Amino acid sequence: MFKYIIKRLLQLIPVLFGVSLIVFFLMRVCAPDPAPIVLGQHATRESMEEWREANGLNEPVVTQYVDFIKGAVTGDLGTSYYTKAPVTKEIASRFPATVELAIIAIILAAIFGIIIGVVSSVKKNSIFDNGGMLLSLVGVSVPIFWLGIMLIILFSGILHWLPSSGRIDPSLRPDTVTGFMIIDSIIQGDTVALKDAVVHMVLPAVTLSLYSMAIIARMTRSSMLETLNQDYIRTARAKGISEGKVTRKHALRNAMLPVTTVIGLQLGSLLGGAVLTESVYAWPGIGNYTVQCIMKSDFPVVQGVVLLIAVIFVLMNLIVDVIYAFLDPRIKFEKKEV
Amino acid sequence: MRKKQQVQTTGEALEKPESQIRVMWDTLKKNKAAVAGLVVILFFLFLAVMGDWLAPYDPEYSDMGHTFVAPCRDYYFGTDQLGRDIFSRVLSGTKISLFVGVAAVAYSLLIGTVLGSVAGYFGGKVDSFIMRCMDIMLSIPSILLAITLMAALGKGLDKAIIAIGTVSIPEYARIVRSSILSVKENDYVAAAKVVGNSDRRIIFHHILPNVVSSIVVRATLGISTAILDTAALGFLGMGVQPPMAEWGDMLGRARTYIFSAPYTLIFPGLAITLAVLAFNLFGDGLRDALDPKERV
Repeated sequence: MFKYIIKRLLQLIPVLFGVSLIVFFLMRVCAPDPAPIVLGQHATRESMEEWREANGLNEPVVTQYVDFIKGAVTGDLGTSYYTKAPVTKEIASRFPATVELAIIAIILAAIFGIIIGVVSSVKKNSIFDNGGMLLSLVGVSVPIFWLGIMLIILFSGILHWLPSSGRIDPSLRPDTVTGFMIIDSIIQGDTVALKDAVVHMVLPAVTLSLYSMAIIARMTRSSMLETLNQDYIRTARAKGISEGKVTRKHALRNAMLPVTTVIGLQLGSLLGGAVLTESVYAWPGIGNYTVQCIMKSDFPVVQGVVLLIAVIFVLMNLIVDVIYAFLDPRIKFEKKEV
Repeated sequence: MRKKQQVQTTGEALEKPESQIRVMWDTLKKNKAAVAGLVVILFFLFLAVMGDWLAPYDPEYSDMGHTFVAPCRDYYFGTDQLGRDIFSRVLSGTKISLFVGVAAVAYSLLIGTVLGSVAGYFGGKVDSFIMRCMDIMLSIPSILLAITLMAALGKGLDKAIIAIGTVSIPEYARIVRSSILSVKENDYVAAAKVVGNSDRRIIFHHILPNVVSSIVVRATLGISTAILDTAALGFLGMGVQPPMAEWGDMLGRARTYIFSAPYTLIFPGLAITLAVLAFNLFGDGLRDALDPKERV
């Protein structure tokens, strides 16, 4: 097991190297010159030249890449073209907002996805099943940003129940300890701030969770249907165990295996969905920030964010594989072809 | 005797080219959801062809005297911030979304199939190199990779097709590779090799036809993803050049008026959802009809 994890971690190195190569190539070779965008239309030729020199853009591309990798290994991802602050710092200040949103969204998606999936499978072909599957079909079909817009129109514009943007009312903002607004307000015992943070979280989290919820519901349903057909379920029923207990103890536990995998993989892909959700709700996380940085050609930040997200993404996959092995004793790592 | 033989041969002749498609079609026909999806797809295709002719106004003509008109008899879906008729723009957007969706899938299908075939057929170092590259692409969330590509390539329909198509190449490469691995060991492939067929001929004539069904299913579902991605790029302001009417772009530009003119945001989004839903329904139905094992 330990050997397997080490092996997988070593395999990450070429993948991350490749990611850095792709992003660097796209940003520094393919993309248009950032100087006129960063300095504005009225910049003189001399000032642009000076700026390029100062930011190392006049060096040969290979040298630039080597410098970038050297820095990245030591945790230095360069500085933003605009704020001149280290990229790592820019990312770190926005990262907790994204993580908080993604975690709440995956919890919502898992709870409701599993409930819908189980009910659909137990009451197969009933109105619950059809309704649940229709909902999950809509969930994978509706554009996440349009869903967000419609929820804002309904809950902020018409009903005035929920705020349409931001993480918290700036006047209520608790001191930053962890960077997670909800946890920070709990630590400081500030119930007013907590309530406001939760209220701000509702719409973005629901929006972000719908797609994952749909995938989890579909997976749970098909996995449950397969399990409910097994002989041991028939045996359990024949022994006179109540249907509820058969569903919970015998079927659901065994059906959860593939569902766990899907949940783990969804957590990674939520980071992609966060780009759109954050943009709709003006959520101050890295997704929204990345879009802005791409728009204004702040390439060091874009490189850093893509690299960071790739790291999280592949680590999530690794964690899913390891959890899978814990849950299913039939899997042996040594034989597994990766 | 003679008659009987004749019947048999005609029977065979009938079955050979048609049976698979007919069986599939019969299964598909029974699936109401899939038929509904197909009908909606055909409807959108009709709009894509006839949209400009059906549109009451020029979708790109801006009438500053009639900005933000709420939906009414003259403007079914209302007008936008530049006084353009939203109904005409949604109609006109149909052909853009369908075109980008189909073109992006065709592009990634072509490259993905070639890469997957080469990897699966030759195996060894070629295989691990190609698949490692695919892993690298898969480790960046697709929408993030697509916007990074757009930032590098610049705006435009052709670039959107490349960006959206590129991010799903690994998916097709993986499907084709694993299908090839599973049919490669069959006797007929060995036989084809023995009689001296070239590698290319074996891949294209003996192996790929056997994996077509799973590719077709994936591609149909892929069109829905491509339509969603196109809209997402447009929404973020990285899609088409203005004043072209693209559904996502319309949403992105109108979002400022979310509270003052919410109707500007409803119809383009409905169009996207309906188109994506139709391709998903039809794709799910196709999968069930072609390969009941893969049913989810």
